[in-house]
Amino acid sequence: MSKSNKDKEGDVPTTGHSWDGIQELDNPMPRWWLWTFYACILFSLIYVILFPAVPLLKAATPGLLGYSTRAEVEKDIQKFADANADLIAKLEAVELTPEAVMADADLYNYAVQGGGAVFRTYCAQCHGAGAGGVQAQGYPSLLDDDWLWGGALEDIYYTATHGIRNEDDPDARWSEMPAFGDDYLSPEEIAQVVQYVRLISGQEHDAALASSGETVFLDNCAACHTEEGTGDRMVGAPNLTDAIWLYGGDVETLTETVTYARFGVMPTHAERLSEAERRAVAVYVHQLGGGE
Amino acid sequence: MAILDKHKVLEKNASLLLVFSFLVVTIGGLVEIAPLFYLENTIEEVEGVRPYSPMELAGRDIYVREGCYVCHSQMVRPMRDEVERYGHYSLAAESMYDHPFQWGSKRTGPDLARLGGRYSDDWHVQHLRNPQSVVPESVMPKYAFLERRMIDGEYIEDKMRTHRLVGVPYTDEMLENARADFEAQIDPYSDGADALLERYPGAQLRNFDGQEGISELDALISYLQMLGTLVDFSTFEPVANR
Repeated sequence: MSKSNKDKEGDVPTTGHSWDGIQELDNPMPRWWLWTFYACILFSLIYVILFPAVPLLKAATPGLLGYSTRAEVEKDIQKFADANADLIAKLEAVELTPEAVMADADLYNYAVQGGGAVFRTYCAQCHGAGAGGVQAQGYPSLLDDDWLWGGALEDIYYTATHGIRNEDDPDARWSEMPAFGDDYLSPEEIAQVVQYVRLISGQEHDAALASSGETVFLDNCAACHTEEGTGDRMVGAPNLTDAIWLYGGDVETLTETVTYARFGVMPTHAERLSEAERRAVAVYVHQLGGGE
Repeated sequence: MAILDKHKVLEKNASLLLVFSFLVVTIGGLVEIAPLFYLENTIEEVEGVRPYSPMELAGRDIYVREGCYVCHSQMVRPMRDEVERYGHYSLAAESMYDHPFQWGSKRTGPDLARLGGRYSDDWHVQHLRNPQSVVPESVMPKYAFLERRMIDGEYIEDKMRTHRLVGVPYTDEMLENARADFEAQIDPYSDGADALLERYPGAQLRNFDGQEGISELDALISYLQMLGTLVDFSTFEPVANR
């Protein structure tokens, strides 16, 4: 109160402007505000000198500190690579057998935990976060001991590295089931062989159709799925005598499979993942339950 | 201060104030805007980056139309966690032919800058039909209608012409063959396949959705499968000063 009264008395100079008796006081800027303002200017000057700032024709001025986000991220990645260098070197050198990997507890732990992280980032979208696969869509469960291309550590590593039936990697695992509906088999023969597959997989079936289906199976399917129907890992032919189905074991799905064939693709990870990451994820998958 | 007293001259003279304000805005504008005109120098040259093939371009427009960018960015930032999860950080050159670009940090879904080749075509078909069928925890909506909407590339040449107008270096040859290239991309055994590959190296030729004809799904998957695949990072040497 008293202060504003004082202003009116004329302790503070006025700008000399006056409208209808109202005067404009010429108060100075508050000190704290002024000093903050000067500090900001100083800061920006120092910043421009130290960091990349002024855009020139070709590139911005680099700054005295030589800071770059690219160098920073490289350094950050290198820091963790260095911290794990021993384990990574060991993982890259170790023989891919469960015994050899498990012989070193630290290495095994690193491979399983690191492989788990890789799995959840790169594999879970198809094989599921819990590795249970996607039933009836052709993404196999990795938890059981039914392997298409082999369940030894070395086999899993190869599959994880090169993938299956992709065109990006010449070393990808490859096989192609013919679409038997295209001129190979008549609809009747397909119906017979479907019933035969139902028979050998221990499901409900039409006995008459199944018995004639046996010949069809031996003539057309046994080359890959073997005469007993137990499959062949050399060509990724699934075992047809168990209760595990990639796309489904009901009559309708089996008919579709035989007629149009299946062509499940797994991408390559040869370039996407490092050698150590691929080995780690193989160890992780191997220990999920079905590893051989 | 004496200099501040002189400021009164400006404040009291409207024409002078206008002239000097204009001067200040001009300097600010020069500093902030002029460097943008030298973009060609700012974007480092990277081998492999090319304009989108006609079908990829059509797929890209479907991507934008459906608002995929609302949840997905296409920009791997130079940070360790992002590089480890998605792959090499994005380069400016990789989106130099994008109109509009798809940068961002809003990630309800994962970043898609390095999506190409990461999943099979079948996976994309199933995932776009019903995302929860392959990724149960996903919150993505279904896009099953895409495979039923057929497209014929009637206007693809016009679209490419428009892109050329804003700086995408489509050649006359590319424009002339736009429709042929559009149709060739779903058939690797067609007559135009080799010419398409010559014009757009690294393009992927397949029947992406596995069905007859060219659907919007074909175009979209052809775009998704090439994202981030053009630059060979095994030979890429980053320029440090960026």
